[in-house]
Amino acid sequence: MTTPSAGRRDWWGTDDVSVRFGSTLALDHVWFRAEPGQVSAVVGGDGAGRTTLLRCLAGALAPTSGQVRRPGPLATGYLSAGSGTYPDLSVAENLAFRAAAYRVPPETARQRTAELLARTGLDKVTGRLAGQLSGGMRQKLGVIAAMVHSPDLLVLDEPTTGVDPVSRADLWLLITRAAADGAAVVIATSYLDEAERARHVLVLDAGSELASGTADQIVAAMQGTLTVTSTRPAGEAGRRAWRREGRWRVWNPDSAPSAGDGGTVRPDLQDAVTVAALARELARSGAEGESR
Amino acid sequence: MTELPAQAVGVTRAFGHFVAVDQVDLEVHPGEVVGLLGANGAGKTTLIRLLLGLLRPTAGEIWLFGEPPSRGTRRRIGYVPQGLGLYDDLTPAENLAFSAAVFGEGPAAASLPEPLRRYGSTVVGSLPLGIQRTAAFAQALAHRPDLLVLDEPTSGVDPLARARLWETVAGAAAAGAGVLVTTHYMDEAGECDRLVIMAAGRVVARGTIPEIVGDAQVSVVESAAWAEAFGALEAAGMPAALVGRTLRVPGAAPGAVRRALGDISATVTSAPATLEERFFELTLSADATQAQP
Repeated sequence: MTTPSAGRRDWWGTDDVSVRFGSTLALDHVWFRAEPGQVSAVVGGDGAGRTTLLRCLAGALAPTSGQVRRPGPLATGYLSAGSGTYPDLSVAENLAFRAAAYRVPPETARQRTAELLARTGLDKVTGRLAGQLSGGMRQKLGVIAAMVHSPDLLVLDEPTTGVDPVSRADLWLLITRAAADGAAVVIATSYLDEAERARHVLVLDAGSELASGTADQIVAAMQGTLTVTSTRPAGEAGRRAWRREGRWRVWNPDSAPSAGDGGTVRPDLQDAVTVAALARELARSGAEGESR
Repeated sequence: MTELPAQAVGVTRAFGHFVAVDQVDLEVHPGEVVGLLGANGAGKTTLIRLLLGLLRPTAGEIWLFGEPPSRGTRRRIGYVPQGLGLYDDLTPAENLAFSAAVFGEGPAAASLPEPLRRYGSTVVGSLPLGIQRTAAFAQALAHRPDLLVLDEPTSGVDPLARARLWETVAGAAAAGAGVLVTTHYMDEAGECDRLVIMAAGRVVARGTIPEIVGDAQVSVVESAAWAEAFGALEAAGMPAALVGRTLRVPGAAPGAVRRALGDISATVTSAPATLEERFFELTLSADATQAQP
């Protein structure tokens, strides 16, 4: 069930939302909160359920069960994965169309888009067709188009995927601008160095929550300890090891570091999320082993 | 003498009046993972195409295994393009068999690695992206190349799957292959032994991450009124990046930041720059130099 409502609230998000496509459970009882004036990140790989969750938040998809709390359509901004711009319209036409669709007074729209275009270097290409922009420019246009009406909830599906670091900095400038103006901003990403910048992080794996909270909370919630070695450990410990920055991280679920290792390390968000994925993978293969 | 898998010596490539690659020197040694970083338009793709022998340099020389690029050298290269280069309507096994045949390898090269076996009979187009990437890696490695070229190798996969793909890359390097990787992500740059940063067609920095970052600093602003602080910095022409509730301002000293904040209550300190922030600074100054008449 979806409840569009007027005015600002203390949060937008999902309560116990599940989405089923035929026999596939795309989202499995997901709770998510996005607060005004903050950036929240939804992280996961391909097939994790990020896009499904964002479509629910944007009102583009009704959940099979659970509740979505979102503002009305005119107070929501949404950039779908793969850039929601019209390739046959120019930069200026794309923005004028969006502003009109969201009933932004023309003068307000002109001022706001001029400012955002100048901020991100798109002011020199306003006459160019969106289809002829580089990937980074197109994503910037997509984000500006999604925020042209100063929405209360701004939902951006992978705004920075495939975008070079310079354009990514411009995109983060837009994201920060929207949060500074009071919007609840939700971004999907597959990169944790990017998610680490968000105030709140939800990590999805195969449709369900793997971890959530601030980056510090997710790290603090990690069970066990991490050790670093220069070679992959032999035997069973090898299944709890992964490569990072030229060395091997080994997860010790029972806290006690195993002998002969190169010392424990303080985990960061990337470590904590990898451990959560590893724990799930090991539990799954353990269960498969028992059922045989 | 050890033969270098790849070497560019003073390589320039122009398209009409536009110089895409400008006097670039680059070496990839056996067993080494070199990361190539650069904004769009920095010249990375052109350089890769030059190294693969798909383009000829306007000036300078390309050497692969000590010879000019040819069909013979191509046989010793494994390449995973951004688009993966797999046939969507073939299974991973069929893709691998086809590629092994093209490279003149026997059936041993076409045997599927363990993690792919359960997907052996599904067409590639219906597989999850992480599995597709694993298949593309397997295909690029099947003929045991001495040079592996990877364009954005782990885009779109989750952290554990990404770590697994990097294990494969490290395994190829440990077996003696030279590896050249392009990436936009600093997580991936951390997996490389050495980085080469390009901007405006030129190499603007090279070395390990600590060597490249050096003692570069950024200003860090902590304030309950961060939104207001962001606005004040923006107005002063100091774009700030939001991290949690703090703002990071590259290329501006704490004193200047403090003045720009006016009477907004905030703590301003200095902190070591990240690779991404240093990269940003290098790219902007290279673009500014190029823009001068």
